[in-house]
Amino acid sequence: MDIKELREHLCATYPDLCPLFSIEFGDGVLSVDRSRFHDAAADLKSLGFDRLGMVTAVDFGDELEMVYRLQSREMRAGIFVKTRLPREEAVIETVVDLWDAADWQEREVYDMFGIVFTGHPDLRRILLTDDWVGWPLRKDYDDPTIIRRPDYL
Amino acid sequence: MAGVDDLARALERTPGGGIILTSVDAIADWARGYSLWMMPMGTACCAMELIAASFSKFDFDRHGSIPRPDPRHTDVMVVAGTITHKMAPAVKRLWEQMPDPKWCIAMGNCAVSGGIFYYDTYSVVRGVDTFLPVDVYIAGCPPRPEALQDAVLRLRDKVRAESISPARVREVEGILPLPSDPPKGEVAAESTGGGS
Repeated sequence: MDIKELREHLCATYPDLCPLFSIEFGDGVLSVDRSRFHDAAADLKSLGFDRLGMVTAVDFGDELEMVYRLQSREMRAGIFVKTRLPREEAVIETVVDLWDAADWQEREVYDMFGIVFTGHPDLRRILLTDDWVGWPLRKDYDDPTIIRRPDYL
Repeated sequence: MAGVDDLARALERTPGGGIILTSVDAIADWARGYSLWMMPMGTACCAMELIAASFSKFDFDRHGSIPRPDPRHTDVMVVAGTITHKMAPAVKRLWEQMPDPKWCIAMGNCAVSGGIFYYDTYSVVRGVDTFLPVDVYIAGCPPRPEALQDAVLRLRDKVRAESISPARVREVEGILPLPSDPPKGEVAAESTGGGS
């Protein structure tokens, strides 16, 4: 199933998600608000996206963006789901209840970006040590052990 | 080792004991230098070269360097790969489990200084010499097995310079001069200049 067929299928099944769908660099992207994110994810799962391929986040300065990659074995298609979060209140609902694969992936995002997933069964650091302070992949992270690259390199 | 140290000191004080001491040294250093069993501390891509070194093409068994998975069986720890702040306590613990005498080879740029992770990294230890006494450094990203072979031979030279007596170091040819050592050529030039 290519992207146009996916768009038609999505619009036919869930018309309210249709205006949120766009095509970026040849991939289908669904940009949803945080308030309706979990409902949209549940809708996409019932549409046939049975596999959560990846969960990550991007730091845009004043906002953080959650990026989910969903895939469907049945439709042979993939879709990105993106949600913007304010930096001061980076909280989003978990999708562990929909895809079990989100468990450790969301823990990693929490570890690196400090995004809190409400309803997550076991939200604690996964890669860094338990007593680590700060969120290393945020752009404003600073640590006394970091040696900054000089300008001439 | 305390009993051995006392015995070595007593031998040094005894007239004629030096003959026994040097003979024991020769045997002990020969045995140690030709059976440098490795603790393969492979944490990244350098471990591939370390594994290749012990297989038939490079065949480190002929140097007596056999990889052993148990730190209590080994003499030399080869730190091959990036050590993160989370991994460093585990490496140190394995190092402390190794019996004396023990040596350490830092293999690859990451183990030497942090390598490509030196700048702008929050998670990587800048060189294992921050918490381990490293004897031989190998540069490279990753180094060839021949470089590891050279390191084992250099380490053997270093091992053969050691004595069971604590304050004593044998002079062995093949040791590279330290930067603090006076250059041999300049010393000769000064002596001829003073004579003329």
